[in-house]
Amino acid sequence: MNQQTADIVIVGGGGAGLRAAIAAAEANPGLDILLLSKVYPMRSHTVAAEGGCAGVIQPHDSVDAHFDDTVAGGDWLCDQDVVDYFVRHATEENLRLEHWGCPWSRKPDGSINVRAFGGMQIERTWFAADKTGFHILHTLFQTSLQYPAIRRCDEYFCTDLLVEDGHCGGLLAIDMRSGEQTLIAAPAVILATGGAARVYRYNTNGGIVTGDGMALAYRQGVPLRDMEFVQYHPTGLPGSGILITEAARGEGGVLTNRDGYRYLQDYGLGPETALGRPQNKHMELGPRDRLSQAFWHEQRAGRTVATERGDAVYLDLRHLGEQHIQERLPFIRDLARTYVNVDAVREPIPVRPTAHYTMGGIQTDRHTATCLPGLYAVGECASVGLHGANRLGSNSLAELSVFGRLAGEQAADRAAQGHAVNPLVLRQQAEARAAEREALRTANGTERLAVLRDEMAAAMEAGIGIFRTPATMATTAGKIAELKARYQQLGLRDRSHAFNTEWLQAIELGFLLDVAEAMSHAALARRESRGSHQRPEDFPVRDDANFLRHSLAQQQHDDAPVINWQDVVITRSAPGERHYGGKAAGGAGT
Amino acid sequence: MNDTLELVVTRYLPEQDTQPREQSYTVPYGEDMSVLDALNYIKDELDPSLSHRWSCRMAICGSCGVMVNGEPKLSCKTFLRDYRSAGVVRVRALDNLPVERDLIADISGVVEHIAAVKPWLIRHSTAPATEAHTQTPAQMARYHAFSQCINCALCYAACPQFGRNPEFLGPAALTLAQRYNLDSRDEGREERMPWLNAEEGVWSCTFVGYCSEVCPKDVDPASAINRGKVASDINYGVNLFRLLRGKGDV
Repeated sequence: MNQQTADIVIVGGGGAGLRAAIAAAEANPGLDILLLSKVYPMRSHTVAAEGGCAGVIQPHDSVDAHFDDTVAGGDWLCDQDVVDYFVRHATEENLRLEHWGCPWSRKPDGSINVRAFGGMQIERTWFAADKTGFHILHTLFQTSLQYPAIRRCDEYFCTDLLVEDGHCGGLLAIDMRSGEQTLIAAPAVILATGGAARVYRYNTNGGIVTGDGMALAYRQGVPLRDMEFVQYHPTGLPGSGILITEAARGEGGVLTNRDGYRYLQDYGLGPETALGRPQNKHMELGPRDRLSQAFWHEQRAGRTVATERGDAVYLDLRHLGEQHIQERLPFIRDLARTYVNVDAVREPIPVRPTAHYTMGGIQTDRHTATCLPGLYAVGECASVGLHGANRLGSNSLAELSVFGRLAGEQAADRAAQGHAVNPLVLRQQAEARAAEREALRTANGTERLAVLRDEMAAAMEAGIGIFRTPATMATTAGKIAELKARYQQLGLRDRSHAFNTEWLQAIELGFLLDVAEAMSHAALARRESRGSHQRPEDFPVRDDANFLRHSLAQQQHDDAPVINWQDVVITRSAPGERHYGGKAAGGAGT
Repeated sequence: MNDTLELVVTRYLPEQDTQPREQSYTVPYGEDMSVLDALNYIKDELDPSLSHRWSCRMAICGSCGVMVNGEPKLSCKTFLRDYRSAGVVRVRALDNLPVERDLIADISGVVEHIAAVKPWLIRHSTAPATEAHTQTPAQMARYHAFSQCINCALCYAACPQFGRNPEFLGPAALTLAQRYNLDSRDEGREERMPWLNAEEGVWSCTFVGYCSEVCPKDVDPASAINRGKVASDINYGVNLFRLLRGKGDV
């Protein structure tokens, strides 16, 4: 077994991991900062974010307004101290990206341009055409190259955290090129591994988005928080689930059903706005949970369009004109042409809701520290308390910078203190975990990897989707338990070491099943409807008396997880009604 | 048969193969089916030992570059329908790069070349942290296309010069240098010039232009490199002028 040491090891090279690495290097250039990822950093899924990145910049906007939109958008399950910190630091982080070269789209006078986004009362979404995540990721990656303190282990696959005496002391990883297992000892570990929407069949996520960090922490007794809240993005391409950005609606695109009717006006989001004149928090600029739920009702009522790739509604951009589409939404036009053979300039794009984002994740405090000393988590894999029950579009890219910086600084502090780990114990533990991984590589049971993965994804789609019933949730939870048992009987055929992707996918499936377990049990335990968690049959309304609390899924050995509860931090916005459409007039929902 | 297609994949497992070998698979045909979908079908249903890289399946992460019937392509943006008449689809790892295994090419050298050209914004003056630089849409247009590179390395597979000399910085790295040189906020042109001027820099390019043809994001590296030659010429001229004037500092 190979062995390395570092002062800080960061797992994941997306926006959060890169921002953390840079912050740590700036805080203390003498540190040895190791950025470890199963892909080259620029492959990370931040790259696929399209629409934009929030940050107050217009004179008539305010951080208080951003706070109000975020808290109401999250159906009051956000920790308000965290939201406060976030809205106060988002703009400076966007500016820092600008100073690092991010090509933010500009107004004719050369100043920063912003666009409208769902659930935001004032335009505050910074954008780089419709490839914002791509530009942020590449800017951060390229910027990171100038810091000698940052070194990388590209294509290293983290399999286990190593915990000694109640402290995280490092991790075990597979060097994918050789298949060799590597122990990396470090007093500070930051998980920045992204989301987990690959637990679903139809999702906007890349194949690498398999909940690795969530499962790694969960297995060490760190709770996963608010896992029942999974965002369905209202506009994915039917069939593939490929993301069509909310910016398409921010720019003025409209959604119509089979009758050409803008159905959102029937779901508390009207009155209908004029074509090409989108109005903040109205109609197509409602929040994502409401829009996805509206699709579900339309589908039930038989008013969606049956396409060869499944039921869909239409996202119509034609009235924006070719020049505007080409300037603001060139990637969308390209995606629609390539993957559904539609030119958005001439035809509406068929779209449907698809699993997109995990609001929940590894429980952290407001400074990104988990309850396991030495372990930090940031970005989509974490639950810092920002998004509540429904994330507003463009808040997650800003989150990467705001909390990535914080995580890097926190880890640098901890590394400077140099918590001593017992190398012998660490080594023994790593050897034991490595033996288990080796056993999986040569597993010769009867269950097939692809079969288990597809059954999991179908079960999650059926039970933990846009609307949830007690029966389907229970069925899904049972199915996940069954799949976890069958996973023990997995048979793998590839016995090699170098880039044995069957082996790595099997480990990923283990991660996914743990995440799916936490999601389904948290969903069962939350006996109310809030944000993206809707139980119309048995608990159709929000219940602040009992559930104005975060769920905490705690893994048990060979049993269902225990769900505990944690109070939400409320500082200045008492839970109220979420107002959109005509009711939103006059300000935020506070 | 109408509903299937043959995929011939060049396999190489370093632990067992002394040289690459071809393996044929029959995959179901669908109008929407990409070469990536076909590879994933093989992995899931026919042969789990096939290894290939992929992630976003929407042509933005840059992972899935392979040679398809001899051309560098993103497998997620290449469709079986375009090969139906050919009857067979041949897939191998990207040309000009060492093969790690099966369809996985070693791109570490390309990433090192990219890092070598100082692809970050260099400023000697510091703007206030609370303000954005002004950059008009016209100023952005000068470099914008060159900032669209996804580092997929298709252009390296296409570049005959890189094939002959892996030290050549190559299309993506030189384009990225130009992306920053042309950015109105940047002051690092002088620092990047040694790289552009070096033997491995722009002058190695013989302007075949195949890099631009295969680029899946219309970045046009050939034009970036040619502009680099002009810049390099000007840089040479300025330095000569300074030298003749006795100002040194070349």
